[in-house]
Amino acid sequence: MISLETVSVSLSGTPVLHDISLDLPRGGITAVIGPNGAGKSTLVSAIARLTPLRSGRICVDGLDVFRAPTRNLAKILAVMPQDNAVAGRLRVGELVQFGRFPHHQGRPTQTDVALVEAALRTFDLWDIHDRFIDTLSGGQRQRARAAMCYAQGTDYMLLDEPLNNLDIYYARELMRTLRQVADTTGRSIVIVLHDLNHAAVHADRIIALRDGRVVADGPAAEVIRPDVLDAVFGFPIRVETISGKPISLHFL
Amino acid sequence: MTVNLRGDLWFAMELRSVRLLALMQVAVSVALSTLVFQTITGNHILTPSIMGMDALYILIQTSLVFALGGLGYAGLNAQSKFGVEVVLMAALAWGLFLPLLRYSHALVLVLLGGIVLGVLFRSLSSLLARLIDPNDFAVVQSVSYADFNTVNGELLLPGLALTLVALIVSWRARHRLDIVLLGMPTAIGLGIDWPVLAVGLMLMVGTLVAVSTAMVGPVTFLGLLVVALSRRIVGSDRHGPLIIGSVLVSIILLVGGQTLVGSYLGNALPLGVVIEFAGGIAFVLMLFYGRRL
Ligand SMILES: Nc1ncnc2c1ncn2[C@@H]1O[C@H](COP(=O)(O)OP(=O)(O)O)[C@@H](O)[C@H]1O
Ligand SMILES: [Mg+2]
Repeated sequence: MISLETVSVSLSGTPVLHDISLDLPRGGITAVIGPNGAGKSTLVSAIARLTPLRSGRICVDGLDVFRAPTRNLAKILAVMPQDNAVAGRLRVGELVQFGRFPHHQGRPTQTDVALVEAALRTFDLWDIHDRFIDTLSGGQRQRARAAMCYAQGTDYMLLDEPLNNLDIYYARELMRTLRQVADTTGRSIVIVLHDLNHAAVHADRIIALRDGRVVADGPAAEVIRPDVLDAVFGFPIRVETISGKPISLHFL
Repeated sequence: MTVNLRGDLWFAMELRSVRLLALMQVAVSVALSTLVFQTITGNHILTPSIMGMDALYILIQTSLVFALGGLGYAGLNAQSKFGVEVVLMAALAWGLFLPLLRYSHALVLVLLGGIVLGVLFRSLSSLLARLIDPNDFAVVQSVSYADFNTVNGELLLPGLALTLVALIVSWRARHRLDIVLLGMPTAIGLGIDWPVLAVGLMLMVGTLVAVSTAMVGPVTFLGLLVVALSRRIVGSDRHGPLIIGSVLVSIILLVGGQTLVGSYLGNALPLGVVIEFAGGIAFVLMLFYGRRL
């Protein structure tokens, strides 16, 4: 379980998250939604021990993320940050292999090699595993980073806007892959999304942030509603139920 | 190194082997410090000299000449002068980098601080240079360029020991350095203790630069040239091959260059100047062509 107890974060003196308390039990997909600047990335990077807290506590499986040895945490928690240019001349396969680093510390075993191949196939990257990262399209690079996060083999995966730059085919594929990972391996996935419909269709739980506070938290049926979305995004959004899912028509 | 050897063979052999070892020490330490510095700062066109350490070195020399005069300066005990230089330059590097342990996001600020201090040191040196006797100024000028010809044998042993330790430390950190190249957030996510690793290695870099600058003088562009060349040759950003590659390239460049300059150009053109020139050109090319170079 990921648990946040009255977490507050300030960035360069500006308060960004206010007193957030949340419990994310094992398993399933939790989507985090909210307008730009709501604090979604800050929330993810605080859980991933990348942004220090002003107050409060964050534990993953009982380990305080700011006190437990970072190397142990890397075996239970993987993070794909929002924008992180991959420096260096790396091939796709090498990048995904780095995801196994917490387990092999630089000397991959047969198991690691097999798991990397599985990750590459899962994210449809096997055909381009020999390509250099800096020759890929934005969407291909994004999938490579997601595959690396997956290859880390942790119980918890945090993904910050993984659908950025993905076309509709691969956005859908990625979400379905993650759904399958959550269902078959019992891994917990926290994912920041801008596409409300992907959140509604694939997530078990949706947390809506605005101005550093949680304004809604629950299954799609409770969060993807005109009144709630108005409170989150500041304008009325029509919602229709299609195949039993609440679909937002925000472009109307 | 026996090209054109004449006269007392033993004396010359000893002199040359001391010089050879010193050159190799400088070569290794420049290659390692630049490579590690570039990885931690995530920038392939930086060299550790951005931290203002060579400027501090020149300021130390200028102040000494200013205080003691050219003759007094020449009469200084080489070993204690070396010791003081290393301590001062290392203190600068440590003072700049230790705060990173607490504020790991402040790397850019640290680099900026180094640049500003460098400018300050340079202005102070030129102010002092204006105040000293023109004859003494010639002394300052001659020590402001790397000099690979006159190497003090007594300084060799501590320098060699330090460089060897740094080589072992970098080699053992090679896999973690590969991860550091992915950027701080990803590296931490993969279980790298970023502040400890980065600060530890930066302190090592600072000490290496301090030692090699105190040994031969400022070698700003040598590291840039060496690491860029070896990236080209190795064709990968993996630190295992890169460490071996850049150390070898550096040794070949310095030792080979010194042999060529010493034997065929009759020392008319100091190696330091040649290397700075080539390094400067490489730097400009890298700015123009970016990663493709
Ligand atoms: N380094 C920083 N210094 C000050 N404020 C910041 C910094 N980084 C982000 N912020 C602010 O924090 C808020 C939350 O940012 P972020 O978590 O990135 O939002 P989101 O991911 O939801 O779009 C924004 O208002 C942003 O302006
Ligand atoms: Mg964000």
